[in-house]
Amino acid sequence: MSEIHSMESHEAPESPARRSFIQIGLGAVGLGYAGIIGYPIYQYLSTPAQKAAAAGNVTSATLDGADKLPAKSVMMFKFGSEPAMLIHHADGSWVALGAVCSHLGCTVSFEADQNRIFCACHGGVYDPKTGDTVSGPPPKGLKKFKVEVTDGRITVSKA
Amino acid sequence: MDASLSPKPERNRLVAAVYDWVDDRLGLEEILAFARHKTVPDHKHSFWYFWGGISLFFFLVQVFSGVLLLVYYRPGAESYESVRQITYDIKFGWLVRSAHSWSANLMMVAIFVHMFSVYFMKAYRQPREFGWWSGLALLALTMLFGFSGYLLPMDDLAFFATKVGLEIPAALPLVGRFITDIVRGGPEVGPTTIQRFFALHVVILPLIYIPLVGFHLWLVQKHGNAMPPAEEEKPVEKRRSIPFFPDFLSLDLGMWLISLNALAILASLYPWQLGPQADPLAPAPLGIHPEWYFMAQFQLLKVFGRWFPGAAGEALGISLFTLGILVWAVVPLFDTRTTAGRRGRTATYIGYAFLVGLILTTIWGYLDL
Repeated sequence: MSEIHSMESHEAPESPARRSFIQIGLGAVGLGYAGIIGYPIYQYLSTPAQKAAAAGNVTSATLDGADKLPAKSVMMFKFGSEPAMLIHHADGSWVALGAVCSHLGCTVSFEADQNRIFCACHGGVYDPKTGDTVSGPPPKGLKKFKVEVTDGRITVSKA
Repeated sequence: MDASLSPKPERNRLVAAVYDWVDDRLGLEEILAFARHKTVPDHKHSFWYFWGGISLFFFLVQVFSGVLLLVYYRPGAESYESVRQITYDIKFGWLVRSAHSWSANLMMVAIFVHMFSVYFMKAYRQPREFGWWSGLALLALTMLFGFSGYLLPMDDLAFFATKVGLEIPAALPLVGRFITDIVRGGPEVGPTTIQRFFALHVVILPLIYIPLVGFHLWLVQKHGNAMPPAEEEKPVEKRRSIPFFPDFLSLDLGMWLISLNALAILASLYPWQLGPQADPLAPAPLGIHPEWYFMAQFQLLKVFGRWFPGAAGEALGISLFTLGILVWAVVPLFDTRTTAGRRGRTATYIGYAFLVGLILTTIWGYLDL
């Protein structure tokens, strides 16, 4: 190493202050370049996520013709960017729940014959009326939405 | 690590420990010792040694920006729409695309400068013939990169440039039509052509190019930098050199930084444009011409077609160009002596003729649009 540094050392004795000044300066310039290059790349790569987040930021969804859904059946729809389910129960009540399992994000299914919501991934079971966890690994219940039935359409909104 | 690298050992103890751990296993010191031992000649033409490195830098930018474009680009029928999205919908997509296009052009400039400087320094002479030939192969592949990449946005210029460009291999005797149909994937430039060019551009060419760059660099490493004849005539003790590491490497990186800044300025202030979508029924736009690095060939074909109407003109133009490439490739076998001589001077004159001819034909091409 010494023969290389001899080139600069014959000009002036190497002072630690000068050396650390140069090191800090180079580091700062390097960070500046990393930022100037890194920021556009981050924005470039995250554009779809940003757009999805903007699209998912909705407060309600209108489902035209959903009031014709027969009892004991389910209709899947998108609330923003996430799957959700509209359930028409045997007793005539309407329930809208998020369909994303709170455990690891699988899409759950309504099983009318067993009157439960089941997640096939790890066996989580939810209550189809309240969305609360009944059994299995899910740490919490499903998202619950407000349902408004009008003639010809159903409006689902954030609770 | 010796003391000069770590004036504050207590602060750098962890770094040194990690370094030693890695060094024990990978032998970094051996590589560094080797790099320090390596020297680069230092003379008044040393500036030209940087151009191979600059070409390499722009190639690395191409790989990097190309991978970023791959994130959104969709080859085939949707290609124009996906490039439109990259250019107008995706944040900074215009900049990534602009950087890719500008860097391609700057890479071509750097390669041409590198090639002619190597030529005039007579760096193709024994034992560096393979360096010359692998370099020519890299130039040809770079042009294929340029040609195949130019089609991918499928705007009107891309469409007609590819259509016209493919008429050149089509003019080859016997096999021309056959080869062109295979490359084009049908009788017309369309989505299947894009898909093929895409495979060529992002898989096949890199697969050949990267090992060839490795070979090219290995040869430089093996034989060292060639000295121009004037320098070689000097007695050994009068020649000066600098260590590759860190002296030449830091100069090299400095040139890379200048290249990066030049690219950033061009790409951001002169963003690459996207024309209207290609329409096979629309007439070719007026003044259509290929990229500048194909201009000389384009012009030769054009004027020979003018002077000798029909297929004869095209065949003559292509033959002349092929002959030129052939002469250019066999120069290391012709100009072999290290001492100054008649053949050495002839080779230099040929070099001037090529350089001036290429520049003049290119300018002529632009004036003749």
